[in-house]
Amino acid sequence: MISWYLATPLVLPFLTAVLAFLLRWGRAGRWISVAGNVALLGAAAILMARVLEDGVIAGQMGEWAAPFGITLVADLLSAVMVVITAITALAVSVYALADVPQRAEHLGYHALFNVLIGGVCGAFLTGDLFNLYVWFEVMLISSFGLLVLGGRREQIDGGVKYVTLNLISTILFLSGVGLLYGMTGTLNMADLAVTVPQLENQGLVTVVAVMFMIAFGVKAAVFPLFFWLPAAYHTPFFSVSAVFAGLLTKVGVYALMRMFTLVFTGDVGFTHEILLWVAALTMLTGVLGAAAQNDIRKILSFHIVSQIGYMIMGLALYTPLALAGAVFYLVHHIIVKANLFLIGGVAERIAGSTDLGRIGGLYKTAPLLAVLFLIPAFSLAGFPPLSGFWAKYVLVAAAIEIEGWAIAAVALVVGLLTIYSMTKIWAEAFWKPHPDGTDPTLASLSAHDRRSLLWPIAALAALTLVIGFFPEPFVTFAERAAGQLLDPTAYLDAVLGGPST
Amino acid sequence: MEGLLAVTIGVLVATSVYLMLARNVLRFIFGLVLISNAANLTIFVAGRLTEGQPPLVPVGLDAPAGVVANALPQALVLTAIVIGFGLFAFALVLMFRAYSTLGTLYSEDMRVAEPREDRAS
Repeated sequence: MISWYLATPLVLPFLTAVLAFLLRWGRAGRWISVAGNVALLGAAAILMARVLEDGVIAGQMGEWAAPFGITLVADLLSAVMVVITAITALAVSVYALADVPQRAEHLGYHALFNVLIGGVCGAFLTGDLFNLYVWFEVMLISSFGLLVLGGRREQIDGGVKYVTLNLISTILFLSGVGLLYGMTGTLNMADLAVTVPQLENQGLVTVVAVMFMIAFGVKAAVFPLFFWLPAAYHTPFFSVSAVFAGLLTKVGVYALMRMFTLVFTGDVGFTHEILLWVAALTMLTGVLGAAAQNDIRKILSFHIVSQIGYMIMGLALYTPLALAGAVFYLVHHIIVKANLFLIGGVAERIAGSTDLGRIGGLYKTAPLLAVLFLIPAFSLAGFPPLSGFWAKYVLVAAAIEIEGWAIAAVALVVGLLTIYSMTKIWAEAFWKPHPDGTDPTLASLSAHDRRSLLWPIAALAALTLVIGFFPEPFVTFAERAAGQLLDPTAYLDAVLGGPST
Repeated sequence: MEGLLAVTIGVLVATSVYLMLARNVLRFIFGLVLISNAANLTIFVAGRLTEGQPPLVPVGLDAPAGVVANALPQALVLTAIVIGFGLFAFALVLMFRAYSTLGTLYSEDMRVAEPREDRAS
């Protein structure tokens, strides 16, 4: 059964969560989390292999034929997102062995974490709009829990803003779903792609499209809807920050990419023009916001915003090359961003703070960490030959191809400003001597902590290098994924039972 | 009936926007409850309304006879109500926690995570 491949990446995280919750009092819970994520990676790899071999695969849950039942669909984009989610989840669950205090484990950290991962995988795999809403909620409620777990004052403060703004976006999304259902009588995405262009009142479709754009825009943290992100992302545990930074906003980007390539393509001149402006302003405000910050995690939080702009830019340009760039960017960005937050956590552990004014000397005392920081940091900024260079290269090339000089210029300038922020962290945290005159070293960590903190970082950095040095297969893959997005025939056939299945 | 519900939804949204613009986050949360109910009603109305026609399949038939109420939006609304209830419960507890740890419910004073940069640093 095909459904089996599709359902496993959803079932595994929830199973892990239940087991981890039951065993949260001992040390077993954390290892269950790691084991569960290893299994998830396996399941994701199997799914990926199937999708590469068979093309788009769809499964009707409970054997209810589309468009009546809930459909799970995996095309290349979904599959690669699930794989990346699994990689990030595994890295973070290993990191959490040393990062998350026992008290938080007793309160159910591992259960919440795995529910979050399940929600993310669900959002990537579902082919039903209302089901997408449900997965968003699963993600949201567990992220609320993770964000305020520990209950420090900053966390509560950031949590209030995070919760309130995300709830508004949820309600907008829900209203959009309701209106779209009212117009078309279906919630299956593939069926929507067929019925929406046949509607008489295309103006109303565009209105609903903008509702979805705002709802997903809040989730993706684009300009001018991103304010919840820098308010909250620097407050929880580093493992939580890392998984949020890597995955949560990207689910919003994924939802935008899915809806605005599959369903809302009727008025590209209007919707994608808005997206292009949004992309440019997101990139600029994000990077300028980062330049004003003086704390590693706050700088990185603003950089999430600015990097989201690149992905939206790929979607907005809406050419095969641009979409390929966006897919490539997603993959590269999740790895790099999660890794930078993990490194920030180690820096805080050994130097005592993430405030750039109060730390320093890490290059002298922890050269290994410095090297590990250099790789994702300069990949983020787009130094050749790291992964970020190719991602930016493809996007800028796509912009120039259709003579979008302005957006290409913005992308390049933002890349330059990103270097400024990264060199700021480098100069302050690694280069200058520690203001207290102390020499923080990795040796101050116990052997166990060192292992579980540094291995995930090293593994993610290695992935960045692999993508950087051998971009060819990844770019080819991204082009195939973009091809599927732009020509959804295979998607529709797989879901609705067309000739090719 | 549609007209009445449409006006109700409009009033709900207007009230909730008014509440959500308040600086007191508790009012904001109340606004959120109202607007989520407005969204639920929207889905309900979007499914078209029929009066007194329960979607029941008569004995001996495979499908309901004639025009019956659309059951799907009601199922969706039920799901949304349950989810909304959970989120609201969490949000209320969070507000309570915010009040007890931060000592304020005014969003302007919630500056712990993002302190003002007035001081020369």
